[in-house]
This record gives sequence, C-alpha cells and structure tokens, in this order.
Amino acid sequence: MTPFTRDQMASRAADDIPEGWCVNLGIGIPTLVANHVPATREVVFQSENGVVGMGPAPAKGTEDVWNINAGKQLITLVKGASFVGHADSFAMIRGGHIDLCVLGGFEVAENGDLANWATGENDTAPAVGGAMDLAAGAKRLWVIMDHTTKDGRPKLLEKCVYPLTGLKCVTRIYTNLATIDVVDGKGFVVRDMAPGLTFDELQAKTAAKLHQAH
Amino acid sequence: MINKIVRTMAEALDGIKDGSTVLIGGFGSVGQPDALIEALIETGVKNLTIALNNAGSGHVGVAKLMEVGSVRKIICSFPRSSDPVVFETLYREGKLELEITPQGTLAERIRAAAAGIPAFFTATGAGTLLARGKESRVIDGREYILETALKADVALVEAWQADRWGNLVYRGSGANFNPTMAAAATLTVAQVQNIVELGDLHPHMVGTPGVYVNRVIQVDRGEPWTKPEEA
Repeated sequence: MTPFTRDQMASRAADDIPEGWCVNLGIGIPTLVANHVPATREVVFQSENGVVGMGPAPAKGTEDVWNINAGKQLITLVKGASFVGHADSFAMIRGGHIDLCVLGGFEVAENGDLANWATGENDTAPAVGGAMDLAAGAKRLWVIMDHTTKDGRPKLLEKCVYPLTGLKCVTRIYTNLATIDVVDGKGFVVRDMAPGLTFDELQAKTAAKLHQAH
Repeated sequence: MINKIVRTMAEALDGIKDGSTVLIGGFGSVGQPDALIEALIETGVKNLTIALNNAGSGHVGVAKLMEVGSVRKIICSFPRSSDPVVFETLYREGKLELEITPQGTLAERIRAAAAGIPAFFTATGAGTLLARGKESRVIDGREYILETALKADVALVEAWQADRWGNLVYRGSGANFNPTMAAAATLTVAQVQNIVELGDLHPHMVGTPGVYVNRVIQVDRGEPWTKPEEA
C-alpha cells in the first residue's frame, strides 16, 4: 500500500473544485491545492488578508513584496483580482460568500467537528488566526491532513479531544489514505482509498465507524 | 486650511498617555507602521493595551515595544508568528496579558467601534473555548456569541500615499487592518511613504477618507519584507 503524498492529497482536492468557486486555502498542504487547479479552470482564490484573486507564487525576479497571502508568502495576482481590507475580507468569509475553505486539521469528529488550533485546554498561547471565522462562515469546509498522528493515533474520531475550532463544519476530509465525506446523520463515508489499502485496514486506523459509499 | 501633516515624531505621537489602548495596523510587515512603533518605544509610555494581528517577531518593532515593558496586554489572533521569542517569554513569565480573538472577530470588533456599534453576534467561536464567559443566543436555529466593540485611544497605521487632509491610499495587500483601525480610534496617526498635493488622489482610490485621520507623517520606509509562517 502506498499512501498519498502531500502533493497528491492537494491534487485530489483540487480535482474536486469546480470552475467559478471562490476558495480560501489555509496554511500548509492546503496552500498547495492552488498549484493543482489548471489555469484553464477559473477558480477565485481568496486570502483573508484581503486578496481576492490570488495567482501562483511569483517567478524569481518578478516578486512584488506588497502582495502576500495569509501565510505571509509572496503571491501574484490574476487578471480580475481585487484588494479589500480585513473587515471586508472577513465579512466576505462570515457572510457565506466563500464557496469552499480548505484547512489542515488536528482532529475531525464524525459529526464534522474540527479541532485545528490548540492542542489542549492548557495550551500556553494558542494561535487561532482566521480558522474559527472560516470554519463558521465558509459554505463548505474540507480538511487535508494525515490519517493518523506521527505516532499512529487516529485523527478521525467519534468526538474531538482537542479544543474545537468549529462545530459540525467539516464536509470532506482528504487524508494520505482516503477521501472521506462527513454526512449529516451518518458520519464518515469513504469515497475512495489509497491503492492497495483495504477498507478494514482503513477502519483499523480510524477511531469512528466508517461507512462504504457504495 | 486643513493640514494634518506633521514633521516630527514628537508631534505625531504627542499626547499618547500611559494606559492607552493602541491599534497597530499591518499584516506581517506589509502595511505595518514601523517608524511609528519605533517612535512609540522612544516615548517610554507604559501599560499599553495593544491590538493587532500578530505578537511581533524577533526583537524589533512590536516585539521590542513589549520587551521594553510598554505593554500590559495584547489582543491578537495569532501570537505564534515567526520567531515570537519576546511574546513567549513575557507571556510565560506572567508579565503580559493575552486576549486571543479570532482574526475576523478582531477586525469586526474594530469595525463595530468605528461604526458606533457596541457589540454584535457572530457564529465565529460559538461552542468553542473562546465562547467562555460570552453571552450566546440562538437566532434562526443557529448559535451565536456576543462580541464587544474594540474602541481605541490611538490607531497607528501605514499607507502608501496621503494628502494634507489625511486621505490615505494603500498599496498592494497593505490595506489589511489599516482602514478599519484608522476609523476606530480617538487619535489616528498615519505613517505614509508619499505626500501628494490635495486633489492628486483620485476619489475612487482613497482607502481611508481623511475625516478619520488626525496626523500624517512622511517616512521613507522602503519595501516591506515578511518571513513566511512555518506550515
């Protein structure tokens, strides 16, 4: 069995984004998603620091240091791009104008609860950034993360252990082992799996009941 | 004649008192009023409450403001930006109070203050640790929490251009928190790279009308440089 790489996880998510959506990408693997949407499919990437219409990273020598994304990386703008301030950017997010947000995650529960900002009640100085706003405001929330922690503990659970970012907000999870929908009233539904992986093997790495899509 | 342009940092920051609440614009170093922060450090003002997105990097700017003991409390969304060594040390030693606010809630609390709205309900944070102690209400079947406006004594902002009325034009992604903060403080001071003649700024380009701005100081800041967050 060969797990999906970071780029494959991002690519699989990118394949599922239709033309016309306005999409916000979180820091880390989610940022890679934009690299896998072909230029012929027009998707508007929004960054919460007020950029609507982000393009790929700039080629060396063409950087404009005034243009950064939420991860503070240098970006380019596409034709049709616009700038807004933070208040308008988050009004866009909270007002339900973002079709999709893709975030990383520590844990996702079978009811769609997401934990991705703090690792415990006693976290010394948790950093939430815009994650709670995006979790509450985006029309859809997809999570890209490894299926288990580095030491092998499941990250898909019946109930999150870490403090929540948002309640019942995640609709799909792309892991290094599978793509899983979160279905209201049912829980985790497996769409597809890494080549060579069996459903039982996937279930053994998941701390909540998995359902077959078909 | 209206003329908000001042020539010295002493004039720009005159009257900022101990215990003030200070909004500081910028996201990373883009749109951050570096020179005003440095000048604020020089004033030796104490017991500030500062509100901004991050908690400073290294030992410069906002980090230095905290390191010299000017800050009692910080309100921010993301204290773990790159190299937050000063913040982490002071916070661990109990010398700095932290109020974590989701980024959009931070922006909206400032916008509410600017618009004379004392509080608002939002879904952001409902049911999480950050809802503790806040009033909640179910509206149309969804839970919301009450967040209060964040009004400030002072806002320090950065812009690309200004005229003598204090009209500001931002550059690139440099608007970020600046226009909202500029409108939410009793005293708003803008650091700008270029001063232009009244009438030279196209009305459509003005990001902050001068009515919100009290003082403008020209500073050759050069280009911002921001270290990316570690993913």
